[in-house]
Order: sequence, then C-alpha cells, then structure tokens
Amino acid sequence: MIVYVFDNTLNGLLTAVFDSFFLKQQPEFLLAEGEQLPLFADEPHRVVTDVEKSERVWKGLEKHLSKDGLHMITISWLSEDRALNQPLFNFICKVFRLKVKELERNASDPDVLEVRNTCRRVLHEQLRMKQFIRFQKAKDGTYLAVVSPDHNVVPLIIGHFQDRFNDQPWLIYDAHRHYGYYYDGAAAPIRITFEDEATVPFDLSNGKMNDDILSENDQLFQELWRTYFKAICIKERMNPKKQLSDMPRRYWKYMTEKNANL
Amino acid sequence: MLTEKTMEKLRILAESAKYDVSCSSSGTVRSGKKGMVGNTVGGVGICHSFADDGRCISLLKVMLTNYCMYDCAYCINRRTNDIKRATLSVSELEEITMEFYRRNYIEGLFLSSGVVRNPDYTMERLTAIVRDLRTVHRFNGYIHLKTIPGASQELLQEAGRYADRMSINIEIPKEESLKALAPEKDHKSIFLPMSQIQQGVLENKEDRRKFRHAPRFVPAGQSTQMIVGATKESDKDILLMSNAMYQQPTMRRVYYSGYVSVNTYDPRLPVLKQPPLVRENRLYQADWLMRFYHFKVDEIVDDAHTHLDLDVDPKLGWALRHPEFFPIDINSASYEDILRVPGIGVKSAVLIVNSRRFNRITSYHLKKMGVVMKKAKYFITCGELTSVFSQPIIGINELRPERLRPLLLSKAQQKRAAAEQQLTLNFEE
Repeated sequence: MIVYVFDNTLNGLLTAVFDSFFLKQQPEFLLAEGEQLPLFADEPHRVVTDVEKSERVWKGLEKHLSKDGLHMITISWLSEDRALNQPLFNFICKVFRLKVKELERNASDPDVLEVRNTCRRVLHEQLRMKQFIRFQKAKDGTYLAVVSPDHNVVPLIIGHFQDRFNDQPWLIYDAHRHYGYYYDGAAAPIRITFEDEATVPFDLSNGKMNDDILSENDQLFQELWRTYFKAICIKERMNPKKQLSDMPRRYWKYMTEKNANL
Repeated sequence: MLTEKTMEKLRILAESAKYDVSCSSSGTVRSGKKGMVGNTVGGVGICHSFADDGRCISLLKVMLTNYCMYDCAYCINRRTNDIKRATLSVSELEEITMEFYRRNYIEGLFLSSGVVRNPDYTMERLTAIVRDLRTVHRFNGYIHLKTIPGASQELLQEAGRYADRMSINIEIPKEESLKALAPEKDHKSIFLPMSQIQQGVLENKEDRRKFRHAPRFVPAGQSTQMIVGATKESDKDILLMSNAMYQQPTMRRVYYSGYVSVNTYDPRLPVLKQPPLVRENRLYQADWLMRFYHFKVDEIVDDAHTHLDLDVDPKLGWALRHPEFFPIDINSASYEDILRVPGIGVKSAVLIVNSRRFNRITSYHLKKMGVVMKKAKYFITCGELTSVFSQPIIGINELRPERLRPLLLSKAQQKRAAAEQQLTLNFEE
C-alpha cells in the first residue's frame, strides 16, 4: 500500500501530484502531516514541498482546465477541510491521466463532484459574509467588523468591500483564524495580525467595540437598525424555520440586530 | 440631527411599508466610483438580513410618509384607517440611509410614499430625495423607487435618471375588482406610467448605443406586485396578467403578496385567519416555471384548471396531466425536456447536460448531483433504470397518474387526504 504524507498546503499537494507521476506510483492515501496512518501501511513517502514542481503542475493544469476549473481548485482549497485532500488529489491526477478537456464539468465523477461541492460551500459562505458582516464606527472613523467563518473566506470578500466602501477605512478581522485585512481608504487592503489579541479594543467573542472608542452616535444607529428589523416583520407570517435556514444561528453573535444585550 | 422621535417615525413608516413584498436588489452591475459610496453587484443581489417572518431584508424599505389621500380598501395606510401617521424629514431619511449603508446593514433604499396633496407633489418630493442621495451624498448603491400613479411624465423622466429600479403595483389584476376596492384608481393610471418608464428605458438604450457615456435610465428595469386572496380573481387571471407583464422588455419581476387581513372591518374584503401562504407559494413556483423552466402560461393554467393545485407544485401538476411526455431519457433528452422532470431543477439539469459528455449517467450519479429521486424516478429512464435491459421500471405510464399522485404527496398531505376519504360514523342518532 502506497501512502503519501504532505504538509497540508496547496503547493504540497501539487508537489505530491508531481511525485506520483515522477515515481510512476498511484498512492492509495494522501494524508496531511499528523494524520493517523491506515492499518498495514508501509513507511509512507514524505512529500517535500517544492515550489518549482508545484508550479509545473499548475502550468499543466492551466492547459487542461478552463478558468472556472482552476478557480474551483483554489476556492475549494480555502475550505480548510481535510476531507478535501484526497478527492482534490485524485481529481488533479485524473486531469493529467485522462487528458480530456474541462474535466471539471464532469459531475458524474465522484472526485470532481466532491471538489465542486466543496467549492460551492465556500462560495456560499463568502456570500454570507457579504450579507452578514456588520460594521461599527470607531471615533477615528475606522469601521470594524469581526467574523469567524467556517471556511477561510475573508480573502475572497475584501475586493467587494474595497469596491463598495472605497472612501472609508475599515478592518475586517477573522477571530477564528487570528488575522484580518485593513483598508486605509486609499491603498490596497493589507493583511494584519495582532501580536497580543487580549489588548485589542474590541470583544472577539461578539465583535463589539469597547465603549471608549466607539463613535458618538453609533449606538443610536445600531438601535435604529434593531427597531427597523423588528418593525419590518409581519406577525401573521412568522416563519422562524425559514429565517434559520437563510441566516444560521452561528452567524448571529456578530450581527447587530441579533446580539443586543437585553 | 436624529433623535428618539426619529426612531418612532422609522418604526411607524417601516410598518407601513412592509406589505410591499418587492425586495430584490438585482438587475444591475455598477462598480464603485472614486468619490462615491457604494456599488451594486447584480446577480441575485445581496440579502443583508432575514426578519422573523423569514423574508429577506435587502433594501431599507420605508415610506417617506404614510399620510395618504386615497382610500384603497386593501391598504393599511388608507385615509380612513386610524393608525399612527408620521413623515420623515428629507435629511433624516438621507442620514439613515447613508449610515445604514456604511455599516453594511442594507444594499440601498426602497422608497415609497403615501399620496399627499396630489400625485405630482408627492412624486416631486421622492425625486428630490433620490437626486440628493446621488448628487449631494454621492450615493452609488441601489435605489428602488415607487412610482406614484398619476405623476407627470417629466417627473418620471427625472426620477429614472437616479433610480435603479422603478415599480408601480397592479395590486388587483381585474379592473372591475380594482374599481370596487380602490375607487380612485383605474388600470390606466397604473399602465400609463409603466409604459412611460419602459419607453424611457428603450430610448436610453438607443442613446447609449450612440453615446457610450449617456447617463443610464432605470438600469434594473421595473417590477410590480399583485395581491393574492383579497378578491375573487383566479390563479389563471393572476398568471395571465404576469405573463402579459413579462412580455414587456423592461419588466423583471412580478411579486405576489398573500393578502394579510389588515382592514377587517371592510365588508368588501374577506376575513382571513391566515394569509393564503400556500397559494402564494404555488404562484411563485408557477412564476419560476415561466421564467426559468421554459413553460408557457397556458401549460400551467387553462380553462379546466383555473386554480393551481395546492397539494402538488405546478410542475408536478403538469407532469401528472401529461403522462405521454414521459419517460425522459436522461442520457439523450434535450435540456428543455430534462427541465420538465419533477425533482430536477435548473442546477441539476445543467450538471446532467455537462456530465453526460463524459460517460453515461446512472441513477446513482443523479442522486449524488442532488436530483430528488423520490420524485424523478417515475419520470425518467437512465443507465440501469430502463425497461429494455433489465426488469421493467415502474414509471408514470405503468402506474397511471391517479395512482402515482398519492405516492408523491407529503406525509401531512396524505393524512389529510385520508381523513377526507374516511367515512365518519355518526353515533348521535
């Protein structure tokens, strides 16, 4: 039984594809470092991540896949789901072995379908971030939003917010992955991390800004929004099930209309 | 400056506006501009929140004022109703819109108003607000503006330069019913502005072909709404009207609003315990069939079926009426034919058509792609599900529609149907 172990990066996975063709092997398992080896496994082959090799594989992919197909790989990778490793590896190997154009469209292949569905899940969540992010305004005019998405989708949405709020400085912070993007109102957004998260002037568990830096009438607008949210509902049509399916509870903690301290 | 009073006003005016169901922020893509705030994303738009009734909140849906000189029986804001009245000042409304937008609460503004003094006066005030938002506040997000029936064409022409979408509600599909409920309105006052806006859009298209930078006019087109269940109109009347609307090149959406008994005292209106939600849902499904599934309106409703079946969705209803159309061979049928199979939606139909170039599709694949096999299996042949090679399948033609129908009802519906058929013994004698 052939087992490959890689460092759980996309470059590592592409290098694993390279190794598999170079060594003329078809590994049964592709595992990330630290994962449990299957029973009766021989000494696994350790994939040494090599950017040169991974770039060669990527160039090959560009020849066989459409733009959508390439996006499917990069976007699904942002899911950070370990269950994706094996299907993604199989899919990329199949692209080179079968040599058919646009294999990403073949949803009857279980590996393609798995990558496809993962990609769809990630895109769905990035849409939810665009929907549910709530900014608070600080005294210095910076708008802050805290999120903690299931998948690593923040890089996918900063373009949207840069385009939309191009004249206001903002910070979108991923509390789960401990990094964020800061936009100063002019230059391209930059990735930032805090050395000591305990000293940041906002609460990471509910995204609320400390009162001393919150701008003067931000509370008022939050209250206005909550009032509006309650008023727009038609009592005769109550449908909490629909609300939950469109706006799952895990997003509520950072949403102004749902996290009031009552 | 905003005060506690503003909050009360916003509450009153949101409650007055909420029975207008139009919500979408779709139909136009406009990227951000230097010196302006906002963009529009197109596609299906972005819903920013979902209220407790499950309806999406995309735009700040609010009325400028809920004072109204008309007395339309179905409307909460009718002149004779004893409700709290309020008017937002122009600066209040603009500030709320901008601050909400900057906090990512909303996608833009949906502005409507009761008619005060006369239609032109009201329309002028609405136009002034959207003009201000665009030119003073440099707002580049989505604006949906309600057209006031009877407003002059010049005002519509101006408002259309600032708004993304304009809408005017038909409310009641038949003119005689409309006249009975809203004596001050007639169909002409609704369809005239509609066609004026359409003409504006078409002229604008022509202009933009010659001058690339000509300002756009109502780029996201029009929408309209019909009330369901307030009058005796059948589903056929409603759907024929929507079909006629969709023939217009600028009409993007028709909304259906299940009537909520707001004015129970009026003898012209029915008293409903619950809004007709199932019927409303069936109408939306029929609407989707016309827009995305290549159905014609006379396939969904006709003289024999003036009302949609409340137990089964209109697509399944059509399939049960047309067993001769089935079975559909998944591996060779056209995209349009596959779309007609109950249990297969647009997404899975696209997947099927794309995938079958690579290999034959079997029922296992279909299940993995998200097809509802519980329904679809009676209407298709594919790979192993064929009557030629293996054991005969049991499809709609073997079962006959009348025996298949009960199998496809949900558990709750089956129970209800059984209860209706069961004879009750009367022990009272």
